[in-house]
Amino acid sequence: MHYSLLLHAPEPGEDVQVSPEMMAEFETAFDLYAKELDGAGVLVSIDILQPSSVSTTVSLREGSLRVQDGPFAATKEQLAGSFVIDVPDLDAALAWAEKNPGAQYGVIEIRPSSLVYRDGGWLSSN
Amino acid sequence: MAVVELSAARSSAGARAEQVARASYGRLLAIIAAQTGDIAAAEDALGDAFERALAAWPHDGVPTNPEAWLVTVARRRHLDTVKSAANRLSAPLDLQVAAFDRIDLEAIPDKRLELMFVCAHPAIDAAVRTPLMLQTVLGFDAAFIAQAYAVPATAMAQRLVRAKRRIRLARVPFVVPLRDDMPARLPFVLEAVYGAYAIDWQLVSGPKVRDSLAAEALYLAKTLAVLLGDEPEALGLAALIAFSLARADARVAADGCLVPLAEQDRTLWRPDLVREGETLLRRAHALGRVGRFQLEAAMQSAQCAAVRPDARALLALHDALVRVSPTLGARVARAAVIAECDGPRAGLDELQKIDGADRFQPAWATRAHLLAALGETDAAASAFAKAISLTTDAPSRLYLARRAAEVRPSDR
Repeated sequence: MHYSLLLHAPEPGEDVQVSPEMMAEFETAFDLYAKELDGAGVLVSIDILQPSSVSTTVSLREGSLRVQDGPFAATKEQLAGSFVIDVPDLDAALAWAEKNPGAQYGVIEIRPSSLVYRDGGWLSSN
Repeated sequence: MAVVELSAARSSAGARAEQVARASYGRLLAIIAAQTGDIAAAEDALGDAFERALAAWPHDGVPTNPEAWLVTVARRRHLDTVKSAANRLSAPLDLQVAAFDRIDLEAIPDKRLELMFVCAHPAIDAAVRTPLMLQTVLGFDAAFIAQAYAVPATAMAQRLVRAKRRIRLARVPFVVPLRDDMPARLPFVLEAVYGAYAIDWQLVSGPKVRDSLAAEALYLAKTLAVLLGDEPEALGLAALIAFSLARADARVAADGCLVPLAEQDRTLWRPDLVREGETLLRRAHALGRVGRFQLEAAMQSAQCAAVRPDARALLALHDALVRVSPTLGARVARAAVIAECDGPRAGLDELQKIDGADRFQPAWATRAHLLAALGETDAAASAFAKAISLTTDAPSRLYLARRAAEVRPSDR
């Protein structure tokens, strides 16, 4: 079953200062974590996102095309990365979420996948 | 050659300062911090005193009593910092070595016990108690502690700073609890010391730094036992850590696979640490008040004995442990021993009775082994799969995967 470990965290800015040392440490921590996931054979993919200020949103739900810069919702905490893992159940997903370095400064949302598109077709995530 | 002499003097003074830092850091810090309750300022003052020592000793010679020199310089500096400008000590700081030789450090009471009770105060977040103790009593920097916890140094540093600020602002008192309060407060301190040893059980397998921390945990436990004098649980904790540490090298095989106790190569155990554990445990028992850590140490002692321990005797220890400390871990371990006494079915029945173990990795690993012993292949295979899915530690994962493969060699 696929679970997305979605990291929500305060973005670096006026309120949140991130020093180069801190950045380097987290890079090391995430690298170690990625290797642990990979070594355990549960890793599907990891994407660490650029700041939400680089985001663009697109919608046609009002009828016409609306393209806007900035994130979907201007909240204090933003989606900062996603870690997709393939584990049997929520307990296992929790065990890995606890080890996520992002949990040291943000919140990890564990979201199970419903469907996965792979090899030309839709599969149930189970 | 004057230059050479000077540099030799500098390096020998430096070596001496380092030696003092290693042996007495916590003792000195506790004395200074206890004056005002401001640990961060005390750390700054002591750091400053060490810097001054490095500058002064090469010229003036190393004092006969370097600790007294350091504590005096640091104390003055500390009071200067925390007192308002108007209250400053008027006398200029005299760094001449001779002035300090009259001070007898032994006459200054050891405040490390007070410091340990501050670090493990109920008002301090439980997760930061052990790191705080490692930093203040043993003098490790935040970066080293962070590495042990596999946490970024800045995150760890922030937590430590926050805890120290809390201690200062809330005025957590530098006192050893009175007799009536002791039973309520001591477990926190024991738990925090134990935490220094148990770090590697809580995290992803990582850097070697945790091994060296286990040795420091033993030192911390022994220090606590000495300072408390007649506290059997402190001795029991020291014994437990000594026994566990004795087996550290045998716990993971060269191929990175976990080796369970019964299969460990005994020649890799450290006999000196086993002996030390025995001595500590005997002293604890002599005090005639049993507790959680003594019981756990007694189990380890039995496992370290030359002959395989009698399962019934072991069970009696587990029964007692579950009575005094009914943790999930203790109850699962007891179920495993029941299986040794009365067979796997009895062990499984016992596991069934434990509430809240659905997410508990040891419960699933134990269940898997017992089902395998009963020859219930399918159930064993799925229990192994569940146990493996809950295991983030690489050596344990490998071990479980191999056992699972033995149960059903052709599986997937």
